Amino acid sequence: MSIRAQIGMVLNLDKCIGCHTCSITCKNVWTSRGGMEYAWFNNVETKPGLGYPRNWEDQEQWKGGWERTKSGKLRPKAGGKVGLLTQIFANPNLPEIDDYYDPYTYEYNHLKTAKESKTVPTARMKSVITGKTKDAPDWGVNWEEILGGEFEKRKADYNFTGFEETQKQMYGEFENTFMMYLPRLCEHCLNPTCVASCPSGAIYKREEDGIVLIDQDKCRGWRMCVSGCPYKKIYFNWQSGKSEKCTFCYPRIEAGEPTVCSETCVGRIRYLGVLLYDSDKILEAASVEDEKDLYQAQCDLFLDPYDPDVIERARADGVPDSWLEAAKLSPVYKMAMDWKIAFPLHPEYRTLPMVWYVPPLSPIQSAHENGLMGSKGMIPDVESLRIPVAYLANLLTAGDTAPVTNALERMLAMRAYMRGKTVDGVTDISILEQVGMSEDEMDDMYQMMAIANYEDRFVIPTNHKEYSGDSPFDHEIAFATKAECGISFGNGCHGEEPPRSNLFGSPTHANTMNGSFHGAEKTEVKMATQLEIGRGWKQKGKS
Amino acid sequence: MSEYLNTFFFGIYPYLAIGVMVFGSFLRYDRDPYSWKADSSQLMSRKGLRWGSNLFHVGIILLFFGHLVGLLTPHWVYEPFITAGQKQLLAMIAGGIFGSMCFIGMVILIVRRFGNARVSATSSFWDKAILLLLFIQLCLGLLTIPQSAQHLDGSSMIELAHWAQKIVTFRGGAAEHMLHENIIFKLHIVLGLTIFLVFPFTRLVHMFSAPIKYLWRTGYQIVRKRG
Repeated sequence: MSIRAQIGMVLNLDKCIGCHTCSITCKNVWTSRGGMEYAWFNNVETKPGLGYPRNWEDQEQWKGGWERTKSGKLRPKAGGKVGLLTQIFANPNLPEIDDYYDPYTYEYNHLKTAKESKTVPTARMKSVITGKTKDAPDWGVNWEEILGGEFEKRKADYNFTGFEETQKQMYGEFENTFMMYLPRLCEHCLNPTCVASCPSGAIYKREEDGIVLIDQDKCRGWRMCVSGCPYKKIYFNWQSGKSEKCTFCYPRIEAGEPTVCSETCVGRIRYLGVLLYDSDKILEAASVEDEKDLYQAQCDLFLDPYDPDVIERARADGVPDSWLEAAKLSPVYKMAMDWKIAFPLHPEYRTLPMVWYVPPLSPIQSAHENGLMGSKGMIPDVESLRIPVAYLANLLTAGDTAPVTNALERMLAMRAYMRGKTVDGVTDISILEQVGMSEDEMDDMYQMMAIANYEDRFVIPTNHKEYSGDSPFDHEIAFATKAECGISFGNGCHGEEPPRSNLFGSPTHANTMNGSFHGAEKTEVKMATQLEIGRGWKQKGKS
Repeated sequence: MSEYLNTFFFGIYPYLAIGVMVFGSFLRYDRDPYSWKADSSQLMSRKGLRWGSNLFHVGIILLFFGHLVGLLTPHWVYEPFITAGQKQLLAMIAGGIFGSMCFIGMVILIVRRFGNARVSATSSFWDKAILLLLFIQLCLGLLTIPQSAQHLDGSSMIELAHWAQKIVTFRGGAAEHMLHENIIFKLHIVLGLTIFLVFPFTRLVHMFSAPIKYLWRTGYQIVRKRG
């Protein structure tokens, strides 16, 4: 046994309102750079739908994740090491920019500079890559927002696997339709395929907190990680020629702060906490034969933070005490392990993802409300929920409906129980017995899920940099890392920030996130505009 | 004058070019590792890459090693097995096949790089220039085949090999071996050396990072300790 700790995340889909605040704050912090306009480390999809990039979940198309060979060994679905290297000149599984979307902006400067004309000048749409005029966007990161687009296309959603055609058609009808939001980010997997398929060895998992990062100085842009990741959460920066990914906001996590997406979530749906796991058993867990056993196999990796043996062993393996204390309070452990209401996203990819999801409840269909459908006592039958349980199971448990049903029942029970308690003043223990929970447990779950206080949602111990020295109290480390830059893009901390020009290359595009596009006389006009605004402010200040 | 130029291009220029390549590459790797990359444009368009890129890469890698072995293997090493004439024929046939592969691949790649609006817009000056340089070099190389066919005794090939071997072993008088060679060979060598010269300033540096080591990685996963 070798114990490691990881900061995991849980997203409570039941409370996600699809506001995209997480995506926007993430974008502003991490991907507002040239070459990354199309990339969203965090995005929110409306399901059912094909998602972003188009149809990412279908690994028959993209060959991401792992496959279990007949002999029981795991290898990347795209091929073993030799197989991957033969694909290095032309990666057959790499998405094209159109699978994400062609990033665009509008010709805003034209509104200022247009000569007098009979018609109102318009700001036409421009591709930021080519600078060519586009008539209209034809795909985007949230193209299917709130069931946008035709159901005929959206029904190709991978999570409808196993649904009959007539059944699918039924969900296309207005009366029967259903939807849910799915915010997505890098899963910081225990068994990541991106790391495995990087020929340069530039991607790595951090031992101390499990965050998966790309060493930008070691990345050579072989792009095998982009196709290797089944969640398509590694993006190729077409300006720098390197792959980039969600960093789990590691500079914030190290300081004990939640990630930007979690911090800014207005629905309070995100939870961050420590999980202890046995790193020696990762491969075994990821290799179980039946895909439906993967969820349980991953749960079996997680260790009880109250178990004295676990604590002792974890200490010996270098997990700091503050992390062991945090593990006891971990909201992620509680939701995933104690209450069994959170699940991994697509465990069948065998990457053992560490961002888990609480399945959403949905309106009870009218038939039930009219008393035409059964219910289990006070709890409505989950089969009468609008979102089919089989759909959620395809998303979260490789199709096994039992754990999802159990979770939904517990959430319904929580509502019924708390409604009785606070509205009717009746504590109905029978509801709790029905879902196998105690009063204390349910009160805790209610506090965590419904009240969701900041300090309950985020239990993040700070990183112990001093542990990287020879002893836990190595002062040299403090001196060596003093005044170092926290994060940079390439070239360590020396040198100017990209985009830059030198002997070894120049950017082809200015940063297009400021509304400029390729080939536009951007600099002069833009500078002039900014100067004017600046002067205007100054003058106002004076008068 | 022509002897002066001959000495410059085949006696001095090789050291200039290779010197710039070696020190330039070291400098880039050390000072600007962020710029060290293969610079794939596949994200912009996958069309044409499957045939184009594969044919080009396989062709040019085989051509490169063909040149390396062909030029630098001393005469006495292969003499017991094949005659110089046979070796020349082998070089012509192998070079012809790999060169044709590379030629087809490069035509596809050039059409793609200059014809596809996205690929073209995201290409730097050197992305385009190096492709054209390599293409001209390939054409010159293919043109040497009919030239060689006119004298199949291997004598010219031996002279070229002597030149290359003297250059890499730092012996004087290398340029004299080139004096009476055909202009096609001379142009092919000068352009080849020029490609060495510009090497560190282009995407070609990615060949130093060919990820062969991947095959020897134990297991698949990489975990880094705190540091």
